[in-house]
Amino acid sequence: MLRFALTRIVMAIPTLLIVAVSVFVLIRLIPGDPASLMLGDLATPASIADLRARLGLDQSLPTQFGIWFSHLLKGDLGISINSQEPILPLILSRFWVSAQIVLVAVFFASLVAVPAGVIAAWRQDTTLDLGLVGAATLLLSIPTFWLGLLLLLFFGLKLEWLPVVGYVSIGDDPWRGIIYLIMPILTLFLHEIGVILRMARASTLEVLRLDYITHARAKGLSEGAVLWRHAFKNAFGPTWTLIGLVLGNLLGGIAVVETVFTIPGLGRLLVDSIFARDYPVIQGCMLFVAFCYVLVNLVIDLCYPIFDPRVTAQ
Amino acid sequence: MRLPAFNALIGGGLIGGLLIAAGTGALWTPYDPLKLSFREKLAAPSAAHWLGTDEFGRDVLSRLMAGAATSVWISLLTVALAVIFGTLIGLFSGYVRGWVDRVIMAFNDALLAFPGILLALGLLAVVGANKYGIIVALGIAYTPSVARIVRGTVLSLREKEFIAASRVMGNSEAFTMARHILPNCIAPLTVLATSMFGYVLLAESSLSFLGLGVPPPAPTWGNMLAGARPYIGQAMWLGIFPGLCISLTLLGINLLGDAVRDRLDPRMRGMR
Repeated sequence: MLRFALTRIVMAIPTLLIVAVSVFVLIRLIPGDPASLMLGDLATPASIADLRARLGLDQSLPTQFGIWFSHLLKGDLGISINSQEPILPLILSRFWVSAQIVLVAVFFASLVAVPAGVIAAWRQDTTLDLGLVGAATLLLSIPTFWLGLLLLLFFGLKLEWLPVVGYVSIGDDPWRGIIYLIMPILTLFLHEIGVILRMARASTLEVLRLDYITHARAKGLSEGAVLWRHAFKNAFGPTWTLIGLVLGNLLGGIAVVETVFTIPGLGRLLVDSIFARDYPVIQGCMLFVAFCYVLVNLVIDLCYPIFDPRVTAQ
Repeated sequence: MRLPAFNALIGGGLIGGLLIAAGTGALWTPYDPLKLSFREKLAAPSAAHWLGTDEFGRDVLSRLMAGAATSVWISLLTVALAVIFGTLIGLFSGYVRGWVDRVIMAFNDALLAFPGILLALGLLAVVGANKYGIIVALGIAYTPSVARIVRGTVLSLREKEFIAASRVMGNSEAFTMARHILPNCIAPLTVLATSMFGYVLLAESSLSFLGLGVPPPAPTWGNMLAGARPYIGQAMWLGIFPGLCISLTLLGINLLGDAVRDRLDPRMRGMR
């Protein structure tokens, strides 16, 4: 178990390193000189040269990478061009906003979709199965930004049950904070039900055809025991992996939902920085989300043996 | 009716409808999709304007058709770009093996460590947010998954007897690749390309919705929704129809993708 965990952790390090290199190279490819961009209209050749020296831009690319990377290891992502704020605290405060939406939505979606998918597989090709798969495919086909707009139109403007736009921190005012988060969470929740249900159904179907299920039934176990103790336990793996991918993808794609509901999350920060050409922030956001993605998948991998001990034996 | 047939029928119907709308929209629309008409702004659906008009009095149906043409064109080009480059990289990497393969795949996997839309956002910052920028950014973002699948297929095939037989017959490596390995990549590539068309169309709509895609006034479904957002309270149709178009297209792709996978992926055969 420990060896399995250590191997997985060590395997993630080169990926993280190449991710860092890719982001660094990508941002250096952006046309235009960062120093003249930062100084704007007030730039003089002397002040540009001065700033370039301070930022280390007059060094060679490998040296620049070395400096940047050593700062990165200390958790220093630099300073935003626009707001002059340090980037890591900025990202962390925005990340917290996005993370609570994503985590709550995916948690409840899994809670509903995994059992529903298993039951659909168990009742394969019945009306119940077709209904569940049909509903899942429909939900999965609705883009989150339109689903959000529809919810906003219905619950916000027609029924006037929920506030239309805005965000209140849960720390400042728990009740209003939750009220403002209901619609964004509901949006992602509905969308991810579709994704997770289909995966849970497909992997359960694959397991239900195996001989040991026939054996379990033949020895007289109840359908419930066959389904949950034998089929579900073995079928959950792919779904569990998918949940990790969903978490990472949502973090990368949450900007649209944050735009619909005007929520100051990480996705919005990235998009606004792209508009403002605030390249250190773009760099920081991309690095942060990619790291989260790798780490979430690592954690998912590390949790895998809890319900499927076979993986540690390999 | 059996489910795969049903999926193929509905999915094919929806995508067929999309292609007809896009093809027509590229050549002809009921009104000029860009023509402003402030006297008719925010007009509800009527006999003259079937799907109403937007905040500048532009005909929504015409804009949806023109938007379909833009979105389909962008998505097809992007998928073609990703499939061509991904296939070349995958074939090369699987063919040479050794450390070159390991280096290429290490970078490939690192790119896969970015969620697709995030990588596209970063690339858009580099290439610029416009129609061609989107094609390049999304094309690059989706290339690694193609490369991975093709390389896997090449590696699994190259030890097979019929490949050895082709070599023994004196065929060159390049000929063996093109004649015997590449055709075996077509089935997995078709499955991947079908679902990728959906991802790309969704990504394009999302980016346009964020204002990072095709710049207005040129219509796309994504930027129509973004423009409609302030007006949906008074003009519901502005928020309904573009989203309905995106959803029906994605539904069509998902159903068609299921049908294609049922047919081409031997692992899934007999699952139903």
